[in-house]
Amino acid sequence: MSEELVSVQIDGEWHQFPKGTRMIEACRQAGREVPHYCYHPKLSSPGNCRMCLVEMGMPPRPKPGEELPLDEAGHPPIQWMPRPVIACANTVAPNMGIRTDSPLTNACRQGVMELLLINHPLDCPICDQAGECSLQEFSVEHGRGESRFREQKVKKPKNVDIGPRVRLDDERCIMCSRCIRFTDEIADDPVLGFTDRGSHTVLTVHPGQQLANNYSLNTVDICPVGALTSNDFRFQMRVWFLKETNTIDTNCATGANIVVYSRENVIYRITPRQNNEVNSDWMPDSHRLNFHWINSELRLTAPLVRENGVFRECSWAESLQVAADRLRSYAGGDIAIIVSARLTNEELLMAKRLAALLGTDLIAAVPRTGEADNYLVSADRNPNMNGVKLILGLDDPVAKLGEIRSGLAGGTVRALIVLQENVIDDAGFTAEELGRADFVLSTYPLANPTADASDVVLPGACWAEKSGTMINVTGRLQRLKRAIDGPGLTLEPWELLRDLIQALGGGNGIYSADELFKQLTHDYPEFAGLTLSQVGDLGVPLIETGQTIPLIERERERKARGIIVG
Amino acid sequence: MAIVVKRPKLKWWEQLYLPAIFKGLGITLRHFFRTLSGEGKVTMQYPEEKWNDQLPEYYRGAPALVTDEQDRERCVACQLCEFICPPRAITIHPEEIPGDDKWAKVEKRPKTFEIDMIRCIYCGLCEEVCPEQAIFLRKDYAITGTSRAEMVHDKNRLYEIGGKRVGLVNKWNELK
Repeated sequence: MSEELVSVQIDGEWHQFPKGTRMIEACRQAGREVPHYCYHPKLSSPGNCRMCLVEMGMPPRPKPGEELPLDEAGHPPIQWMPRPVIACANTVAPNMGIRTDSPLTNACRQGVMELLLINHPLDCPICDQAGECSLQEFSVEHGRGESRFREQKVKKPKNVDIGPRVRLDDERCIMCSRCIRFTDEIADDPVLGFTDRGSHTVLTVHPGQQLANNYSLNTVDICPVGALTSNDFRFQMRVWFLKETNTIDTNCATGANIVVYSRENVIYRITPRQNNEVNSDWMPDSHRLNFHWINSELRLTAPLVRENGVFRECSWAESLQVAADRLRSYAGGDIAIIVSARLTNEELLMAKRLAALLGTDLIAAVPRTGEADNYLVSADRNPNMNGVKLILGLDDPVAKLGEIRSGLAGGTVRALIVLQENVIDDAGFTAEELGRADFVLSTYPLANPTADASDVVLPGACWAEKSGTMINVTGRLQRLKRAIDGPGLTLEPWELLRDLIQALGGGNGIYSADELFKQLTHDYPEFAGLTLSQVGDLGVPLIETGQTIPLIERERERKARGIIVG
Repeated sequence: MAIVVKRPKLKWWEQLYLPAIFKGLGITLRHFFRTLSGEGKVTMQYPEEKWNDQLPEYYRGAPALVTDEQDRERCVACQLCEFICPPRAITIHPEEIPGDDKWAKVEKRPKTFEIDMIRCIYCGLCEEVCPEQAIFLRKDYAITGTSRAEMVHDKNRLYEIGGKRVGLVNKWNELK
């Protein structure tokens, strides 16, 4: 796209836009939002909803030798066209005029709304989209308020099972085709399509096929109405009750930007948040739905100390004192620390301080790998392995895991600290191996076999209950924000590490997560000069890893070719 | 500006006040005998006797859920009453109506519907906001209980108070 600027008059005011800008984007940048259904900046523009019709004009073509009279600002007159054009698929041209609020434009919008609502059911009270429905919003702005339609509404299939995670209601569908284009262009699984004609057109899934790919729930997000709903979130809670927290996904190293929707400390759903450098507007279903365990019965809610073989609930002060007293009795070389690559940079800094205080350099992280899917899911299923490498200064954080295991077997590792990991299930340790250690301290959000084999168990908050920063697969520093409070006495891992360090006699003067981040900017040249507000909601590039996210690369290419706006 | 109040000019026998006093005593005496004979009884023996017959149609008592003439529970758990409720007395958890239910096409109903009658201020906004004509303020005004938990009306209790209501708009009925 060339950077040549063209002058465009929008509702009487002249603005400058790069050549090739879609009219709808130009209007949005000028603060004149144009209502639309089918247009989506990340998908091709078929222009089939007709909601974005605007009045357009161009300067008249001068006769040979004639000069157009220019106004004071040097703009030629505009000759308005008798018929409206769609703003989503047309690009701006030099000296073009656009009217987004003229009688013609408003009449078009009213007409389109009336036709869309002819067969639309009036079931907003039970529709999950209510509250975030474009049709509802535009109906308030541009609708008539009552129907002139006296005939029978066309009946279509309702509650159609089109895939394991998505439900279809054909009566609510307004044929915008966003979902069809998404499955075709982004997810490469073109199973959706329209059949029949006219007002009998229905969205259907190909016979014998299902909308089952790992990105199917994104169709629910982009559906402007309630035609596609998520089986998981369906009828769970009205959206206007939900508190939105901008945070990041921790299921893999991509660190997709997400919004967590919660009410009264219960998470109800997670949706992707736009970040064109990380996840565009999408996220995989597997990551999106992996949150129900947060409200499960298995959560640890209080510190536990083992006495005579059985666990006893106790206060933080007592449990940390027990842990500190035991840890003090070992020489530094006897202690090993296993950290999690699910810890934030701030928590890793505290872990590093704990290691320094105890005098051990036997520290390792648990690897978690899977298969990259060539879209958004990274092969590294840990969200912050880059942070472990950077903060702990380890080239291969996994390397010493074997040494710790052999140390446990050989009796050289007498005390083991496991931070936010379940080493028995996730790192191949056995309960017998852990039993060889004299003292095991473990923290984790859930009850787990490692906790069963520990002497002191501390409830550490999970990803939705803590704040901090993480470094994703491309080396981007992103913020994790606390969405809900942890159950019971749960503490954020950095807090419990701070208190443990203090119980061990190492005061550190750190009382808040912000101070920890300042400490990072002080200790690491990569962080120098950064503030949390600079990192913001979208993050900043921090280090070079040479890795890319396949879906983002493809989208950039499509943008460069002008297929999408991006 | 000060207003000059015109006082009536009393006759000499009016200034004695005695005729008025005897007139008043006469009225009292008449009521005394009327009550004695049982004709002019005004005291209501609450709680054995209740006001219910005299309550006006618009009386705002305890909010309750209603079923219609087809015994369908009208509430679809849209949670608008929960949203509008000023003292936040209402708590709803929705659920999907199973596919084999007679009213499966309605799709949604409340799994739990609770109104905390300690919180309720009888404002009637829930009735006003309801898009399904499912919640009405009834004439029950003596809501008592011996514990806080007892003062929370659950779904069963709400339908018990609300009962059946006929003549409402049945928008979920199949068109002929």
